[in-house]
Amino acid sequence: MIAELGLAALWLAAALATLQLLGGALAQTERGGALAGVVRPVAVVQGLLVLVAFACLIYVFAVTDLSVKLVALNSHSMKPLIFKIAGAWGNHEGSMLLWVTVMGLAGGFVALIERRLPERTMLATLAGQAFVSLGFYAFLLIASNPFERLSPAPAEGQGLNPLLQDLGLAFHPPTLYLGYVGLSIAFSFAIGALVTREVGPAFARAMRPWVLGAWIFLTLGITAGSYWAYYELGWGGWWFWDPVENASLMPWLAATALLHSVSVLASRDALRIWTVMLGVVAFSMSMVGTFLVRSGILTSVHAFAVDPERGSFILALLAINIGSALVLFALRAGTVSEGERFAPISREGALVINNVLLCAILGIVLFGTLYPLLAEAMGAQVSVGPPYFNPMSALFALPMLLVLAVGPMLRWRRDTFARVGKALVIPAMLVVAMGIGLVVFAKVALLPFLGLAMGVGLAWASVLPLRGRNLRRLPLAVWGMVFAHFGIAVALIGMSSESAFSVEKLVAVEVGDTTQVGPWKVRLAGIEPIAGPNWTALEADLAVIYGTDGAPTQLTPQSRTFWAPPQNTAESALLTRWNGQLYAVLGGEADDGRWQLRLWWKPFVPLIWIGGVLIALGGLLALLGRVANDVRRGVASDRIADRREGQRELEESRS
Amino acid sequence: MPYRRAFRLAAMAFALGLGAPAAVTFAQGEQSTAPYAYRQLDDPAKEREASDLMATLRCLQCQGQSIADSDAPIAGSMRSLVRERIARGEKPEQIRAWLIERYGDYVSYKPQLTELTWPLYAVPLVFLLIAFLLLRRRFVLRARGAMDGATDGEEGDSRREEGDRA
Repeated sequence: MIAELGLAALWLAAALATLQLLGGALAQTERGGALAGVVRPVAVVQGLLVLVAFACLIYVFAVTDLSVKLVALNSHSMKPLIFKIAGAWGNHEGSMLLWVTVMGLAGGFVALIERRLPERTMLATLAGQAFVSLGFYAFLLIASNPFERLSPAPAEGQGLNPLLQDLGLAFHPPTLYLGYVGLSIAFSFAIGALVTREVGPAFARAMRPWVLGAWIFLTLGITAGSYWAYYELGWGGWWFWDPVENASLMPWLAATALLHSVSVLASRDALRIWTVMLGVVAFSMSMVGTFLVRSGILTSVHAFAVDPERGSFILALLAINIGSALVLFALRAGTVSEGERFAPISREGALVINNVLLCAILGIVLFGTLYPLLAEAMGAQVSVGPPYFNPMSALFALPMLLVLAVGPMLRWRRDTFARVGKALVIPAMLVVAMGIGLVVFAKVALLPFLGLAMGVGLAWASVLPLRGRNLRRLPLAVWGMVFAHFGIAVALIGMSSESAFSVEKLVAVEVGDTTQVGPWKVRLAGIEPIAGPNWTALEADLAVIYGTDGAPTQLTPQSRTFWAPPQNTAESALLTRWNGQLYAVLGGEADDGRWQLRLWWKPFVPLIWIGGVLIALGGLLALLGRVANDVRRGVASDRIADRREGQRELEESRS
Repeated sequence: MPYRRAFRLAAMAFALGLGAPAAVTFAQGEQSTAPYAYRQLDDPAKEREASDLMATLRCLQCQGQSIADSDAPIAGSMRSLVRERIARGEKPEQIRAWLIERYGDYVSYKPQLTELTWPLYAVPLVFLLIAFLLLRRRFVLRARGAMDGATDGEEGDSRREEGDRA
C-alpha cells in the first residue's frame, strides 16, 4: 500500500513537472501568460510530492517490506535500522529517487523565496528546472521503478554489501547528491538568464548562494569519501584517481571555477558569457559523473552493452540536456555582451587565469577518465591511473597555486605587481627555506617536494588579505575566502607529506612479538574472537608506543566475517596524533601460527581532510555572509520584507 | 582511544557522519603463498622502489585496484615477482616493460607512449595551448580595450552603482 502511494506521488510529481515546464515556457511567448501564475505553486507542490515518494521508500526499507523488489534485493531483516534506512539510497533506483527528491525540493525552494529576478527570468528558470527533472522522472518511472512489487515475496532479503554498512557511506551519497543537484539550480538559472537575456549582476547574486551551497556539499562529499576510502578499504591510500572518485571531482572543479566567476559577475558585471557557460558545464559534469557511476560502463564497455537500457537512458538525458543547453548558448551568446573590461593584472585577471586553469584540469580528468572507454571501444585495453593524473594535473595546479597566492591581494580592474610584491616576500622566503630544508634533510620526489614547499608559502600568503584590515568589520565573505584558501594549503601539505614520508611495514608476528614502524613500537598482545549483530570477527589487541613514551595505547584492528551476504572484510584501526596517524590492519593467520600485520605511519596525513573541512567551512562562511548581506540590503526577497512589515505592525499594535 | 574518538566525532559533526571502520577482503585460505607477497625486502631503498612500482601496476583480477592494495592471489604473486626482480637488481621500468609485454597495456596505470595512447599526452599540451591563446586573446584585447575605454570609465562606474542599488 505504502509502495503504491509512493509510486502515485511520483507520477503526480512528474505530471506537475510537465505543467511547470509548459507554464514557464508559455510565459516566454507574447500572450502566453495564462499559466504563469501557477508555475511557482506547482514547483512547490511538485517538491513536496516527490518528498512523499521518497518518504514512502524509506518506510518500506525501514519495515523491510520484502514484497517490494528493491527491498528484497538490497536489504535484510537482521540489519541494524540505520543501515536499513540508508539502504534506501544505497542502490541504483533509490539513489535516482534521492536525486529527483533533492532536485524537486531545491526547485520548490527557489520558487518560494527567490524574488530578486525579473519574473519572466524566474519562470524560464523554473521551466528549465522542470525540463531537467522530467528527464529523471521518466528515467525512474520507465526504466528504474523503485516501488516495483515482487510476487511471491521472498522469506528473506539478499542483504547489503558489508562494505556499505558504514555510517560514513550511509551519508556520503546524499552529501554528494546535494552538491550535484544544487548545481542543477545554477544550470536552470543560466538557462533562464540566457532565454530572457538577463545575464547580469542580479542574476549572479541569485545564483551565487546555490553555487556556494552545492560547492560546500561537494567539498564535504569528496573529503568524506576520501576519508572513507582511506580507513575502510584498508590499504592506506586516500585517493586513487578511480573513475568513481573522478566523477565527484569533475563537478567540484567546474563548481570551483563557477564560484569564482559568478563572484566577478556579481560584483563587477564582468565575465558574463563565461559564467553562463560554466553554469552549464558544472551541472553537465554532475550528469556525466552520474552516468559514469550508474550506467555500469566503468566496469567495462561490454557490461554496458549487455544491459544497455539504463545506461542508454542516462546517456540520452545527458545528450538532450547538455545539447539543448549548448544550442541555446550558441544562439544567445552573441547577444550577451561581455560585460565590464579589466586589465590583465587585476583581481579579475587572476580569477580568469584560475578559471582557465581549473577548466584545463577538468579537461584532463575528464579525458583521462574516458580514455580507457574510448580505447576499449577501439578494441584495446589501457589503464590510466595516478602516474598519469598526478603530474598532468600538477602541470596546471602549480601555476594556479601561484595565482592563488597573489590574486586575492590585487585590486579590481587594474593593479600592479609592485604594489603587492612586498607582502609576498615572506611567503616566497618560506618556500625557499622549505625547499632547501627538504633538499638537505630528506630525499623527496619532485611533486611532493613542490607541494610541501608551495604549501607552506601558500598557507602564509592565504592569510595576507587580512593584513591591515579591521578584523571585526571584515565581511564574512572575505573570511570565507581566507579559510578556503588556507584549507587548500593545509590539504596540499597533508597530501605531499603523506606521499613523501609514509612508512609501511608488512610483518608476520606471533602473539607477544614486538615490531617497529617509523617511530612506533607495536606489540601483538593477543587475538580474540568477538561477535557483532551480523558478523563475527577476530580482533587483534595491539599495544603501541610512540617513541619513548611510557604507557602503551591499545589498537584493535579486526578481520570480520559477515554472513548475509557472506564476505570477509578487514577493519583497520587508526591512532591519530598531532603529527600523523598510525594505521593498522590485521591480515590472515599463516600456517606456522603467526599473524600477518600491515602497519603504516603516515606523518601529517589528517591535514588532507582537515584542509577539506576548512575549505568547506570557508564556503559556509561566504554563504552566510552573502545571505546576511542580501537580507540586510533588503533585496533577499519580498517575503522577508513583508514578514518584517508584519512584525513591525504587530509590535506597534502591541505597544 | 580518546584521540581517535575525538577525531571521529569532529569528522561526524562536519562531514555529516563518519562511523565505525570496516573493510576489504583479506580472506584466509585464498591468500597468495608466493614468498614476497606479504614480505618486504630487507633493503629499505629497494623496498621503496618496489612499492612505488607496485602502486602503479594494476591487479588483473580485481576492479580498479593496484597490486599493492589488493589481496587477490594473483596480485600477491605479482608483488612477489616485482620484489624478487628488484632484489635481483632490475630497474622498475624494465619490470614494467616485461609485464606489459606479457599482460598488455592494461597492467600499467602509467600509460606508455604508443600509437594508441599518444592522445593522452597530446591533450594536456593542447590544453596548455588553448589556455595560453584564451588568456592572450582576452588580455591583449582587454589591454587595447582599456585604452579605448579610458574615457567611458566613469560612465561604467555609475552604471555599476545603479546595478548595486537595484
